[in-house]
Amino acid sequence: MSASPAAQTSRAPGAAFIFKKALISALVALVLFSLMIGVRTEAGSDGQLTYWTRFGDLAAMVAAVFGGSIVIELLRQWWGPVDTVRVVPAPVKSALSLAGRLVAPVLLVFAFLVPVLFYDERYILDLGILVLTYVMLGWGLNVVVGLAGLLDLGYVAFYAVGAYSYALLATNFGLSFWVCLPLAGILAAFWGVLLGFPVLRLRGDYLAIVTLAFGEIIRLVIINWQDLTGGPNGVTGIPRPTLFGIPLSAGDDGLAAMLGIEYSPTHRIVFLFYIILALALLTNWVTIRLRRLPIGRAWEALREDEVACRALGINTTTTKLTAFATGAMFGGFAGAFFATRQGFISPESFTFQESALVLAIVVLGGMGSQLGVVLAALAMIGGFELFRGLDQYRMLVFGMAMVLLMIWRPRGLIGHRAPTVFLERKEAISSDLVKEGHG
Amino acid sequence: MDYFAQQLINGLVLGSIYGLIAIGYTMVYGIVGMINFAHGDIFMIGGFISLITFLILVSFGLTAIPLILLIVLLVSMAITALYGWTVERIAYRPLRHSFRLAPMLSAIGMSFVLTNYSQVAQGARVKPVPPIITGGHTLHEGPEGFVVQLSNVQIIVVITTIVLLALFTWLVSRTRLGRDMRACEQDQTMAALLGVDVDRTISMTFVIGAALAAVAGMMYLLYYGLVDFFMGFVAGIKAFTAAVLGGIGSLPGAMLGGLLIGLIETLWSAYFSVEYKDVAAFSILIVVLIFLPTGLLGRPEVEKV
Repeated sequence: MSASPAAQTSRAPGAAFIFKKALISALVALVLFSLMIGVRTEAGSDGQLTYWTRFGDLAAMVAAVFGGSIVIELLRQWWGPVDTVRVVPAPVKSALSLAGRLVAPVLLVFAFLVPVLFYDERYILDLGILVLTYVMLGWGLNVVVGLAGLLDLGYVAFYAVGAYSYALLATNFGLSFWVCLPLAGILAAFWGVLLGFPVLRLRGDYLAIVTLAFGEIIRLVIINWQDLTGGPNGVTGIPRPTLFGIPLSAGDDGLAAMLGIEYSPTHRIVFLFYIILALALLTNWVTIRLRRLPIGRAWEALREDEVACRALGINTTTTKLTAFATGAMFGGFAGAFFATRQGFISPESFTFQESALVLAIVVLGGMGSQLGVVLAALAMIGGFELFRGLDQYRMLVFGMAMVLLMIWRPRGLIGHRAPTVFLERKEAISSDLVKEGHG
Repeated sequence: MDYFAQQLINGLVLGSIYGLIAIGYTMVYGIVGMINFAHGDIFMIGGFISLITFLILVSFGLTAIPLILLIVLLVSMAITALYGWTVERIAYRPLRHSFRLAPMLSAIGMSFVLTNYSQVAQGARVKPVPPIITGGHTLHEGPEGFVVQLSNVQIIVVITTIVLLALFTWLVSRTRLGRDMRACEQDQTMAALLGVDVDRTISMTFVIGAALAAVAGMMYLLYYGLVDFFMGFVAGIKAFTAAVLGGIGSLPGAMLGGLLIGLIETLWSAYFSVEYKDVAAFSILIVVLIFLPTGLLGRPEVEKV
């Protein structure tokens, strides 16, 4: 943007323009909401549809749009054009970069201390487990989307495979969580390869829609194959994990009794918290290590340019398949953990919304940034919790947040990429300069 | 044989509805190059608006069914088209030159917004309507007493689809707007240089797509006699499958794909199992993309280096 700020202000539209714009918005809103909000339909007890009018709500909504439009326009003038480069003073910049370097270690230490700090607050511990589960899923999907550039809209399928693998193996054969965890990962990875094969030749949006279809197929099969999966009723009575074979229960053979301390149900929650923390950190560690191996570099090369990749002799088939398998494996681990934590699973937990949520976390985090995934998961799940009371508005707000965040920061929170490989100097570049692969 | 003929009729009717939705996907994909995830929900909004308009008209004492149908069709098309325009304006236009994933996620977000907006505004329960158009014709009476029926609703659905398709084909091939649309599809920069208002053309694409989806929503309401807030998701994926099957970007392909998906789904339910009909439709999507990545009538994508 070459225009100077002075020129911007002199061209700023006047009050009449803002008023006119708000009026048009309000008119559009009036037409949009006229029937959907102004009239409410409901089936009566005899099956007959009746309707009643809600002109008060309609007027309130239109007025809100009118007012909101004026506020947004004023804000826009005050803030200036979105893509202006803002000059940040040097001290602020260095302070910011110091803070940026400190965020990850501080978060890590904080995560380890959460069960100590909030031992008595069951709610916070549960929320922490939930956030960590999504962090793990985000990191797993990051391998596929962020590193290999393969858009996967059906990630929840692998989560489901992992969860059902553990649930069925444990309830039918009595295998323990620690035996099933690798099995769940392997089975999910196997499904990842199975999905990977047909989609090898697909690119971009086609890949997205096929993975979405795959996720739906898995869910529909789980719902309909009632003999195996219990259908919509799900699987109940999934056993809890043990510590080297010692259950964390109130009985005489429980951990509390062996250590001679008083039993408390919180022990189990804390134990679960550390399991998922360890699993998530394992995911992160493996991903960071893989990025330095030839296969990780091949993934990133594939994301940047598939044709060049092939020209350089990289086997795109194995590269894509390993990306799918690795991502799916972590999804499977997370699924097994989910099953053991809940003790009950049903197909309801594995809808497209979950896939979209995890993908939103990855993209909002900034595609390929490990720290970004953590921040995005905290923001998304935390934001979700804020709206827990307003249950029916929750998804509405989530959808709006997704749209607004994409408009505000299409590149995600951590909008720059530090190169994995560098010649002399490590220099982060804005991700606007990174070409998005069509793999 | 009679059973098969009956399923064929049902499948073609269902396929017409899918085809109407699929056109919206294929047009937007052709011009903007994105999957408009919210399109299935636009179809659902169209169904709701048709239902509400119908209720109001009936309660005002209007009894002439053709007049009611015409008014419902026009109102629903107009309001739903405005929904399409607004969605594009709010969620997609600011991301026009952003990177590839951004508009897609914005579209997924918009789809959640529309689904939950209708749930909040109109309640979560299924809304049934009594059959508006009744009666039908017996085409053939089999020896075992099986009757092949062609109901009046089915005739109306098919005829409306054909008329709209003719109108739409005329619009794309003969009018100024259609020429602009085809120009934008080939090369947006060049079209803009030659004086085509690209933003307006893209907006109009969304408006037309939404209007056709509104018709599909109304036909769905007439044919199945119910709407609910969640019907957009599955219908949307199937219509997208149809668009891909026919070759995305190709308008006759979208209609052909829609008919094929409708037929496959109906025949699968009739001869195999109802529970797995969606699995069948999605599996076909995967199989088609493996062996025919450009769809039936699509042009092969040239890989540029």
